[in-house]
Amino acid sequence: MSDKHNAGDVPTTGHVWDDDLGDYINQPPKWWMLGLTASALFVVVYFIYYPSIPLSMSGTWTKGVAGWTAISEMEADMSVVDEVRGKYEAKLKDMTPAAILADNDLTEYVTRSGKVLFGDNCAACHGTNGVGTHDKLGLFAPILNDDDWLYGGTIDAIHESITGGRQGMMMAHEGMLTEAQIDTLANAVAAGKPTSTPLYAESGCAACHGDDGKGIMAMGSANLSDSVWRFDSSVEGIKYTIKHGVNAGTPESRSAVMPAFQAAGKLSDAEMKKLAVYVYKFGGGQPGAQ
Amino acid sequence: MEQQQKKEMGEVTTLYHEFETWTVNTGGQTIHAKRMPGFFRTFKDRAQLAMWLPFFFLPYLRWNGRQAILFDVDHNQFHFFNLTVLPQDIWMLSLILLVAAMTLFAVTSVASRVWCGYFCFQTAWTDWFTWLENKIEGNPTARRKLDDAPWTFDKLKKKAIKHLAWALISLLTGISFSIWFVDAFDYWNKLLHLQLPLVGWVVLIMFFFGTYLLAGFLREQTCLWLCPYSRIQGVMTDSQTILPTYDYTRGEPRGKLRRGGEAVAQQGDCIDCFQCVQVCPTGVDIRNGQQLGCITCGLCIDACDVVMDKIGKPRGLIRYASLDELSGKTKKEMYQHPRTLVYIAIILLALGGIVWGLTHMGTMALKVVHERQPLYVLMSDGSVQNKYDFKVLNKMDRDVQIKVSAEGGVANQLIVGADKLPLARHGKSTSFTLFVKAPAKSLGQDVVPIQFRVESVEDPNVFAEYTSKFYGPKR
Repeated sequence: MSDKHNAGDVPTTGHVWDDDLGDYINQPPKWWMLGLTASALFVVVYFIYYPSIPLSMSGTWTKGVAGWTAISEMEADMSVVDEVRGKYEAKLKDMTPAAILADNDLTEYVTRSGKVLFGDNCAACHGTNGVGTHDKLGLFAPILNDDDWLYGGTIDAIHESITGGRQGMMMAHEGMLTEAQIDTLANAVAAGKPTSTPLYAESGCAACHGDDGKGIMAMGSANLSDSVWRFDSSVEGIKYTIKHGVNAGTPESRSAVMPAFQAAGKLSDAEMKKLAVYVYKFGGGQPGAQ
Repeated sequence: MEQQQKKEMGEVTTLYHEFETWTVNTGGQTIHAKRMPGFFRTFKDRAQLAMWLPFFFLPYLRWNGRQAILFDVDHNQFHFFNLTVLPQDIWMLSLILLVAAMTLFAVTSVASRVWCGYFCFQTAWTDWFTWLENKIEGNPTARRKLDDAPWTFDKLKKKAIKHLAWALISLLTGISFSIWFVDAFDYWNKLLHLQLPLVGWVVLIMFFFGTYLLAGFLREQTCLWLCPYSRIQGVMTDSQTILPTYDYTRGEPRGKLRRGGEAVAQQGDCIDCFQCVQVCPTGVDIRNGQQLGCITCGLCIDACDVVMDKIGKPRGLIRYASLDELSGKTKKEMYQHPRTLVYIAIILLALGGIVWGLTHMGTMALKVVHERQPLYVLMSDGSVQNKYDFKVLNKMDRDVQIKVSAEGGVANQLIVGADKLPLARHGKSTSFTLFVKAPAKSLGQDVVPIQFRVESVEDPNVFAEYTSKFYGPKR
């Protein structure tokens, strides 16, 4: 059909705007009317199929014939995630941390999925990615990326630190040593040569930090001869540590407490094993006798 | 009041001086074009088949045990015989599309809508559909009669056969489209067992109905109202472009052929037989000049030539001619057509880019991300350690054992973890973490560049490099 388009043939509503704008009286197109009707029908079907109509102020509503709920859909989605993780989780449940570390696939899984676990439980003190956090007295919680470990950097030692926790301990020497003695000791330690002064042995430092000043891992005493510092590497900072000690019971004392996560019951065994592997892989983990 | 408005509206519409002769094909009546043999009819038939038969059959071609040409959407790969292109190199696709677009433009600027007339899928499928219609329901006159006739068993039978044939082609179209993206034989197997994935069904159904409706019912309306390319191509032509044109100087004044008499002498060659209109698949009258409905398929030229032969006049009353030629201007040469030259220059540039891309695709790609938190770690022996995440993309078809080395960086640096690297899996990116440890003493400045090289243990020509940075404490 060839339409002759003549606007003059169509009646208008009779209103005229802006001198010459008319308004046609036209039936809406059929497809449009069909669309409108279909939309209205859709609403009815939707209200029957899905939960939609509130029935009272107390939170009851029509359940819908489909029985759909947002929470069940979320749970179904989560079960897909659990299914993917399930095969790894089932495997590492009965493995030792060292065995998990020896398994490339599991290590990959743990390093990729451990971020949330670490962020929720460890990062508050140890910082994101284990970079450590500071308070006004210096480093508050140790850096986990380096290779200096007070209590050992093998996978088993790290796992033990997580499950059993750790508590540093150093006496406050304020009344026991003179200011001059403390100054001499602090300077020797800051230079990385604690044994260079006879005071080191005489004052009993060697009892905990070892005859060579390299610390005794079983006690968690710090290695005074390397370049990684638990609290503060400045002479003033070292003097403060000698004076006030660590966990010495005074308000001035430095504090160094790692909570025992097993006793706290917050984490499952598997989670603690995963965290041990995750921390080991930060870059400072040390191979141990397995 | 009402009178006044009508008058005003009438005035607005009559601003267009063609208004009185405006005939608009809105598809209210189906166009039943006559099929006449001729040069352009043959050319169109062959061009359509040459263009689109590969669409149906090429996916079945096998090469080294797999589909020769496959846009593997499941595995994000494109296979072209021996060549495998991964998504990282897909930028070349944009150049290919650019070449395609510019070729369309260049051809259009020279010879108008060649694509529309002889190659376009809409033209081709519509032509095949109407060919079937012609076979089943008869010639245009018979078809119009059949359309108006009451529903009899005979009409029902003819219509049913026609729609069945259309549906079969539509189905085959949907299947053929799909098997460019998944393995053809696997697809047929799944289809016959009704086990296609949801997306497979959706694509098939969309293409089935798309083909059936567009080629069966919308036909020339697609070209007139739906297709953006027809409009784009319309503005590509100028007075130098050749296109099917009615030679009005020769044809006018038109008039019915009369035997002898003085009138004959004063009449043009056009005998107003309407053959050119009857064969037109979009239902336009070419004698009205160039218009958007014309897809320049040349079928009117065939029709007119037959008539000219019959009445003993020279052929070419309707012919491929430029507006310059018709208005008697001197014909310009190709090199005087800057528009075409610009298109060709762009085509050559894009082709150069594709060639460069194909020859520089490499066998491996490497990305190294330096750990941002912490930037560096001080170790107990006084050294500085940095952490790097490696991503190795192996573009070959086999797994490769790799090794990592570094250039630049710091003197006496050590790559920690380089002794146990995973296998670089083919067609995938493999990631792993390495540490670089260097004595703080050797570190001259805060940040030094370090270039990593990953290479195959067996073949040193298979490698990739990436320059990253090594960070130390601020000094």
